[in-house]
Amino acid sequence: MQIVPFLVVAWVVVAGLYGIVTSRDLIHQIICLIVVQSSTYVLLLGVGYVTGGVAPYFYDIPLHTKAVDPVVQALALTDVVVEAAVTALLLSFAIQAHKRFGTLDPHELAEFKG
Amino acid sequence: MTSRQRLWFFAVAAAGLVACYLWAFAGLPGFGHYPGPYGQVILNEAVKQTNATGVVSAVNFEYRGFDTVGEEFILFTAAAGMSVVLRKLRGERERQPLDETDSAAAARPTQTGSAIRIPALLLVGPTALIGWWLASHAQANPSGGFQGGVILASAFILIYLSGEFLTFRRLSPVALLDAVEAVGAAGFAVIGLAAVAQGFPYLYNYLPLGQTPGAVSSSGTIALISFFVGLEVAAAFVLIVGELLGQSLLRQRSA
Amino acid sequence: MTPAALMDTLQVVALLLVGAGATAVVRTRNRVRQVLALSVYGILLAILFLAFQAPDVTLSELTVGAVALPIVLLLAISKVHKRAEPADPADPADPARPAQPDRKPER
Repeated sequence: MQIVPFLVVAWVVVAGLYGIVTSRDLIHQIICLIVVQSSTYVLLLGVGYVTGGVAPYFYDIPLHTKAVDPVVQALALTDVVVEAAVTALLLSFAIQAHKRFGTLDPHELAEFKG
Repeated sequence: MTSRQRLWFFAVAAAGLVACYLWAFAGLPGFGHYPGPYGQVILNEAVKQTNATGVVSAVNFEYRGFDTVGEEFILFTAAAGMSVVLRKLRGERERQPLDETDSAAAARPTQTGSAIRIPALLLVGPTALIGWWLASHAQANPSGGFQGGVILASAFILIYLSGEFLTFRRLSPVALLDAVEAVGAAGFAVIGLAAVAQGFPYLYNYLPLGQTPGAVSSSGTIALISFFVGLEVAAAFVLIVGELLGQSLLRQRSA
Repeated sequence: MTPAALMDTLQVVALLLVGAGATAVVRTRNRVRQVLALSVYGILLAILFLAFQAPDVTLSELTVGAVALPIVLLLAISKVHKRAEPADPADPADPARPAQPDRKPER
């Protein structure tokens, strides 16, 4: 249990990278990039977890209950929403590439120069 | 290089990456034994200092407010970048949704089934309300500007999903969305600058902190910032979806 | 089982599901099916975040991963998916383009 989350993070990163490397479609690559990004959320939350801790909201529980780390949750939270917008921007690049070159295959796109 | 060579190259690189990862994780204190003092200090002090019972939002908009400004501007730039990248190229013309020939109109379904329309239309109001509520209650609950903004945007998207495409276009004019997004982003920056104008550091919490921890009017600038962030995120997402929808209306003219 | 052991089991199960979900998303080659797999993966991630005592991040991941991202992706996919376009009635110079099947990689 000590290292299981970190092993899963490593697995997800390698799986996502494998998808990007062996992909023949820009949109498939973008989705694999999303998967790689999601591994960072798991890593952040895994680092900040305290065994036996509760969520850091003290609306109805006494003030000094043992709670998990709030800082990494704040980072992961903004991360998730911003990732969606950046993915949309990447998709717009893919759409323009398709419009100009007619194909979404990265192997063929690499041959166009200028 | 061929695909197989590429795959072997990747396998070697991935093995190196995993080795480095495992070495790094071996240096971490195991899962569940978080040692860092920063988290503990914030947990002890946050409610007293900011009167906000939602410590994560207090961290987001107060203790690490500067990082959140940066993230929000990433969102803003992504939406603006999409508008620039997806501009109408020379030779493209926007197709009116109503001037289809008969065969084309018969070829694609124009009416979504009632099983989708009715629940989607019924859910628009509650979704907008929930999004609004989440964006304004950051200091007490697991909510905040980011989540509330996305849910508010999805209320608009529900209108599109229920088949009322023209209503969606009419309800989300680009000029208005641009203005709302700018107000949201600028609001955050201006709140910080207003602190500077009073002689405090940027984004210092200068509004009255209120009596009860976790009430709507407590926690000073945190609630206000969360509201503006909600506006900005909602407008950005509706803009993004609107841009992509506009793309599907564009028709390529030959040469 | 003690509550601590239950919590541990829940977290391990959620982590394994996330690992399996990531593999499934990467191995799906059809575009639309991959978007659906991504949606399910988002829900699995949300369950994991809930098991890690992070309700804020759960809410974010649910709204973004199951609503906003699939919509944006499906709109982009529908844009790049070529189908036979009828002749433009308003433009006399636009010949009807022949249908060109899009290259869907089927591995």
